[in-house]
Amino acid sequence: MRFVVRRMGLFLVTLWAALTINFLIPRLMPGNEATAVLAQFKGVNPAALHALQVEFGVGIDQNPILTYLQYMGNCLTGQFGLTAARVPVMTVIMQGLPWTLGLVGLTTVIAFVAGTVLGMISAWWRGGSLDSLLSPFLFILTTFPVFFIGLILLYVFGVAFSWFPLSSNYSIGTSPSFTLEFVWDVISHATLPALTLVVTTAGGWIYTMRNNMVTTLSEDYVRMARAKGLPSWRIMVDYSARNAILPNLTGFAMQLGFVLGGSILVEYTFSYPGLGYLFFTGTTNHDLPLQGALFLFYTLAVLVCVLIADFATAVLDPRTRDA
Amino acid sequence: MNAQAELSRPGTAPGARSFNDAGVRLGKAILRNRKATIGLALLLLITFVALFPGLIAPYDPHAAMFDQQIGPSSGHLLGTTQVGQDVFSQLIYGTRLTLIITVVVGAITTIVAVLIGVTAAYVGGLADGTLSLLTDIFLIVPTLPLLIVLSTYLEGSGTVAIIAVLCLTGWAFGARQLRSQALSIRNKDFLEAARVRGERRFYIIVVEILPNMLSLVVANFLGSAVYTVATAAGLQFLGLGNSGEITWGTMLHFAQQNGALESGNIFWALAPGAAVALLGTSFALLNYAFDEITNPALRPARRRRGKSPA
Repeated sequence: MRFVVRRMGLFLVTLWAALTINFLIPRLMPGNEATAVLAQFKGVNPAALHALQVEFGVGIDQNPILTYLQYMGNCLTGQFGLTAARVPVMTVIMQGLPWTLGLVGLTTVIAFVAGTVLGMISAWWRGGSLDSLLSPFLFILTTFPVFFIGLILLYVFGVAFSWFPLSSNYSIGTSPSFTLEFVWDVISHATLPALTLVVTTAGGWIYTMRNNMVTTLSEDYVRMARAKGLPSWRIMVDYSARNAILPNLTGFAMQLGFVLGGSILVEYTFSYPGLGYLFFTGTTNHDLPLQGALFLFYTLAVLVCVLIADFATAVLDPRTRDA
Repeated sequence: MNAQAELSRPGTAPGARSFNDAGVRLGKAILRNRKATIGLALLLLITFVALFPGLIAPYDPHAAMFDQQIGPSSGHLLGTTQVGQDVFSQLIYGTRLTLIITVVVGAITTIVAVLIGVTAAYVGGLADGTLSLLTDIFLIVPTLPLLIVLSTYLEGSGTVAIIAVLCLTGWAFGARQLRSQALSIRNKDFLEAARVRGERRFYIIVVEILPNMLSLVVANFLGSAVYTVATAAGLQFLGLGNSGEITWGTMLHFAQQNGALESGNIFWALAPGAAVALLGTSFALLNYAFDEITNPALRPARRRRGKSPA
């Protein structure tokens, strides 16, 4: 279990580092952006104002260490003050969260599963048409900017063919309900943003899975499995892929940060009102409280997923359990 | 992207070599590899445009002297902007700053990655622990959200600010890769020999270790450039660049803000997007080719080899 304990340690240290970075940025950056922003919050609820003053170090006259502790306490209890529109930050975040969670969660799972399977097949039939055509094509797509793919899909399927709506999460005039009609409306609005994210991330999974498979396929234990006369699908899945997938799980963390970043751009491209779109409106409104809280949220999301990936690695790879 | 490249690149350090030999071998390898040749040709073309935009662009990119938001025509190949600037001329002139940002950030992040990664591996002990932890933290903290927060404070401070924040957030991946590579050659005989000769630590790192990691350092620069092209454009697309300067990313921002796609002025948005993609692809092709050059097991061979040389 030492592996998991060590990773838990990294989780806590990174969380602390992110909270501290967020605390230090307004204090270290040149200019007086924070002062200018906080000046707009006159006559609001004093508790919320105090939370903001603590976070941004404006109009606060006390021991910095005490301020730091207060800030940590506020963050851990979810008190992030008010947005520029004077709505509690947490309320705004909770409105955007389900949309981003659905979009990013679903597309990450689809891209990971599809990419890993395609990478496996690609390496197994090395030099086949999948390996020499589809995989390189999808890998090239991963180097394209996410928003460029988004703009193309938006133009082709949204403007030219009018198959899908151009923006938003559901049609104006409908209200959320569990009817088939509304669910369909949500799906058709989410299709293009989701497709954009899948297309730009699947290639990375294919590439790494293929290369790892190529390595594991030449290992002695695979030759041993062949010699034992095991069916090829067992050699492919249980012997080669099981070992090749481990680095992919480790890479999951970095990929997720990348996907979350991509989702901000995609949500902006499609005006999809999730957390990423909030991030964008935060930049145009100079909404520092909202941005700070969102930064922490994204970091927390990545951290939680890293931890899950670590647990999965511990389950799949016996070596990590007693390492 | 290729998060596992560190695992798919085997140690390529059979013995000590000099920078020169490695450079010549690298040049030959690039010409023999089709992906590398295409990537290099694209990059040279883009560099030429960046150096001599005046030879190609018909108008001043800042001059708002035409009809506003008109579609493509023979006078304006890609249409005009919301204030009546020629989109094609902007695209050509935007090349320079885009390329400068990419190359500078790629170079600085690679240097930082080399310094931190190799130092951590070679010095070891507490220094290694601290630097590795720092690297891990920067790897996990999501880049774009951090960039957005930083850029909001720096809004309007221009290109240097963008380069600074991209460097701050972009070095970690390379540092981890270079650290594991340096660890793998740390105990080779030729380094032992240098230590026995009594060479200084700095000399050993620069003259003995670095030449043996040259291919990985170059690959690192290319990977970092791919990352920078897309990330810088993404930031500018969100409106966090210096909107007074013309880059492909700021062009995209104005196109998106003015509904270029919906109003039929599609090249205003798609052309700079394609240009960003093309620049990214040229670096990515070179990087992809590098993987193949340094790890022959990955070459798209039709015959299966008995056992990979790894």
